[in-house]
Amino acid sequence: MIDKTVATAADAVAKIYDGATVMIGGFGSAGQPAELIDALIAQGARELTIVNNNAGNGDTGLAALLKARRVKKIICSFPRQSDSYEFDALYRAGEIELELVPQGNLACRIQAAGSGLGAVFTPTGYGTLLAEGKETREINGKHYVLEYPISADFALIKAQQGDRWGNLVYRKTARNFGPIMAAAAKVTIAQVSEIVPLGALDPEQVVTPGIFVQQLVAV
Amino acid sequence: MTYQPLSRDQLAARVARDIPEGSYVNLGIGLPTRIANFLDPEKEIFLHSENGLLGMGPAPAPGEEDPELINAGKEFVTLLTGGCYFHHGDSFTMMRGGHIDICVLGAFQIAANGDLANWHTGAADAIPAVGGAMDLAVGARKVFVTTDHVTKKGEPKIVERCSYPLTGVGCVDRIYTDLAVIDVTPQGLLVQEMVPGITREQLQAMTGAALQFSANCQ
Repeated sequence: MIDKTVATAADAVAKIYDGATVMIGGFGSAGQPAELIDALIAQGARELTIVNNNAGNGDTGLAALLKARRVKKIICSFPRQSDSYEFDALYRAGEIELELVPQGNLACRIQAAGSGLGAVFTPTGYGTLLAEGKETREINGKHYVLEYPISADFALIKAQQGDRWGNLVYRKTARNFGPIMAAAAKVTIAQVSEIVPLGALDPEQVVTPGIFVQQLVAV
Repeated sequence: MTYQPLSRDQLAARVARDIPEGSYVNLGIGLPTRIANFLDPEKEIFLHSENGLLGMGPAPAPGEEDPELINAGKEFVTLLTGGCYFHHGDSFTMMRGGHIDICVLGAFQIAANGDLANWHTGAADAIPAVGGAMDLAVGARKVFVTTDHVTKKGEPKIVERCSYPLTGVGCVDRIYTDLAVIDVTPQGLLVQEMVPGITREQLQAMTGAALQFSANCQ
């Protein structure tokens, strides 16, 4: 019998190692897997590269991971916000590396990794600072920038319900990066509000098929 | 001659008039978000928010906020009947793939050739953030920009060439300012409307690039 569920968030993040690249789902705090992040802080892995849309809000979740100085580099589209003070302080002190990626390029680079593509040509960012030094190509009269996949060792995501095979459904706009990050990481860990029996999720409604999920934990 | 610039609400209402029923529309953060308040409730217009919803409705009643139902500005919103949720890959497929009919963005500067600068001042100590602006700029079928005609210091925001870092190259179709509606055309900037009382000379003096005027702008 295959059962991908683990008992606690601490068990779920136990194998995350120093220097790992970790995708963290969420758009602001919607969809942020807060309990998994807290467990990661307690677990102690350092020198992490984090992939997220933002760079933490307030004092909790990703912001707390930054404050604990576990993050060497962050790849995101929108770090600066009214409550991103933990990131802002580290950035101004030169203590965190930032790779700023337009939001859609972040999404398609993550999808490229999950889909096994070598790269993508994207029109977004052509002719801007964020494409400086990058290869470009004109295709059918339109300009594109070559962007490489973003893959990860681990993805931490949040869903609403999951079953023991790892099939997931999400809730409202908390879905955001979860499905595409699940496909792009070697080990995807999902925290869910509820683990349901196999067969309880309508197969027509499953958003993330269990093949993309290695562990899940109810929180 | 004297004239009165449009208020922010008047500017939002003016843009709203140009959004046809059935359009798929993304309204950027700031003044563009306000346009939603002026869309004709008799028209079915599909508002898209890049964090993953179509059919976005107004802010919820107090006490009914749901932290998992937000827009791209991370404000609480609602979902209209018939609306739906999707992940970021699908959301940016809609945006980059030409499926969004109209996006409305704010601006630091717009150049005569349609270049847009709205994400970064370029200042050495600024922390840059870009979000979905570059994707909308290249991906929406029509890119509208709303802006004050001049900066708080009175400097033109419509210029021959942007001095701020670009968001997109040649991407703007139409500019709505508090003084005028201006189309970006292959022949240059063409003023379609001006607020009552302003002269062509006054508008040109506040614009950093050459303007042409349609016949109805006297």
